[in-house]
Amino acid sequence: MESNKHFVVGIFNDQDILINAVKKIRSEGVKIHEVYSPYPVHHLEHALGYKRSHMPVAAFFFGLTGTILAILMQTLMMGVDWPMIIGGKPFISIPAFVPVTFELTVLLAAYGMGFYFFITQDLGPTRVPRIFDRRATDDKHVMAIDLSENTRSEDELKVLLESVEAEESYRKDFTDEENEPSFGKYLIDVLTNGVTSSSRQLN
Amino acid sequence: MASEVQDIDVNEQFQFTAKAKKTLFTILGVGVVSLVIGIIIEMVGGGAEHASLTPVNDSMASTNAMAAEEGHAYHWWNKLFVNMWINNVYFTGLALIGVFWVAVQYVASAGWSAGFKRVPEAFGYFLPITGVLTLVVFILANHDMFHWTHANLYDKSSPSYDPIIDGKKGFFYIPGSDSVPSIPIFYYIRMVFFFIIWVLMFNLIRKQSILEDMNGGLKHYRKMITISGAFLVFFGLSSSVSAWDWVMSIDTHWFSTMFGWYVFASWFVSGLAAITLFLVMLMEAGYLKILNENHLHDMGKFVFGFSIFWTYIWFSQFLLIYYANIPEESIYFYERLTSDNYSKYIFFNLMLNFLFPFLVLMTRDAKRKMTLLKIVCVVVLVGHWFDFFLMITPGTLKENGSFGFMEVGVTMIYLFGFLWVVLNNLSKHKLIAVNHPMLQESIHHTT
Repeated sequence: MESNKHFVVGIFNDQDILINAVKKIRSEGVKIHEVYSPYPVHHLEHALGYKRSHMPVAAFFFGLTGTILAILMQTLMMGVDWPMIIGGKPFISIPAFVPVTFELTVLLAAYGMGFYFFITQDLGPTRVPRIFDRRATDDKHVMAIDLSENTRSEDELKVLLESVEAEESYRKDFTDEENEPSFGKYLIDVLTNGVTSSSRQLN
Repeated sequence: MASEVQDIDVNEQFQFTAKAKKTLFTILGVGVVSLVIGIIIEMVGGGAEHASLTPVNDSMASTNAMAAEEGHAYHWWNKLFVNMWINNVYFTGLALIGVFWVAVQYVASAGWSAGFKRVPEAFGYFLPITGVLTLVVFILANHDMFHWTHANLYDKSSPSYDPIIDGKKGFFYIPGSDSVPSIPIFYYIRMVFFFIIWVLMFNLIRKQSILEDMNGGLKHYRKMITISGAFLVFFGLSSSVSAWDWVMSIDTHWFSTMFGWYVFASWFVSGLAAITLFLVMLMEAGYLKILNENHLHDMGKFVFGFSIFWTYIWFSQFLLIYYANIPEESIYFYERLTSDNYSKYIFFNLMLNFLFPFLVLMTRDAKRKMTLLKIVCVVVLVGHWFDFFLMITPGTLKENGSFGFMEVGVTMIYLFGFLWVVLNNLSKHKLIAVNHPMLQESIHHTT
């Protein structure tokens, strides 16, 4: 995993400067690895050129699964397996099935979307965060540019970052250990030392 | 990004052109022709033929017999008055929701809608007209439409004495009194009072809105928040009570505690569809340049969401009645579902008002496309007309009710009036509230 270790990191103070910087850097043909921000920045995803998520389509089909499951379940239970007379209604009485169908639709859509999000965003429970700069959780926007994904040198990228008003820019290397972290070690590290030491120290 | 849109001219003025007027007169012409054809059909014998049909169920038979006793045979004008009543309720709703929408935006300090708030605001100008029409139609046709207006129902010595309706007389005549005057005083007071307060508050809001154009500043904005808050409180009460009065009291024995909400939901979603339709049409005609698909997207969300809200209310009312199966409650749906005239419209109603907007407006892209929004809004508006048709016609016209030329005609004449009044008043002042303090927020609105 040699290829994923060397980054140039740019720190930004303002979201408007950040968005303009992202646009400028991308227009120069430089590939941005990722941008970390303390809060959701409007239009950042457009500036970064991210494609629309498939979440709505997935949600529709999760919901549809719930609808079909609920109707099947109730029809089989109330119509075939154990028919009961309730209030003189037919065994399979569609209006009475609607609330349960609605609830299962919502339940499966919600759970499906949750799991879909965690899986597609690689947010499983054993995921170990690779922290570029801890200030990304406080008051700075952090842009990471992967050196191996770009033809430009470290110094050229630093100059470019400064030209788009980055507050500071520095090189960030991850060791093999940090790059492919073991969850067990990470857990022990967090438990003994607090938050992992792989992040840049605050002044 | 702010710099991209700052030089857009917000000083727009809507022109009520001769071409638009011609289109409206075409609507009026088709409506009048359709109405005349409808009246001729009813006069020639549609009614007599229907009257000979066997009544659908016992309740209808008994009320029919009662009606015959009282000398209320079916005439073509009964149908005309019922149609006018449907449209009174429907267009009062549209006009009222225009004011309600504006009031909600002010109370919620909403900025995104500031750019087009003049459009729903102009709806309110139709309120005085429906107010007068509602009063006139009630004065002319109360005995034909409202069973409870017959004096012999309250007379213990009469064979048609009705203890249930007698128990409700305080609500119609004089609260807390046993006397039954010849006119339903309390009912009239409510009707007149609601319309006067609605029109009054609408005029206050409108006046501040126009003054804001001239003077600017925050003074008028703050005043409008106060008026809007007062209007919302009054609206919350009056919309429910007017739904009981004008719609639910037709089926006098029957009651539903959800009825106020049901009518409000129907009003609100049709009002939202009307606002969206106006916006799309105006934008296509080159007006409201500050709006873009982001505003339409939010209006689309409203239409989508409140279509589901209406369905939720409709179904909640239906399910409880279906499940409890108490005769005096289930009669409402029994009358409609077992009748050849109305049963088909129940499912038609659900399809137009729930399935269609639900499936079509579900995706993000659909809410941002003018063509799709236009189709859905028209369907929703038609669908909710049928909703009111289903609320009002079965109880008033019984087995004589149907959807035909007369329904189309009367509705088109009302539509002409509504469009004329709204567009005429839109053209009198600036189309965009130029001094609205949140106008910039509206211009830069994104979803």
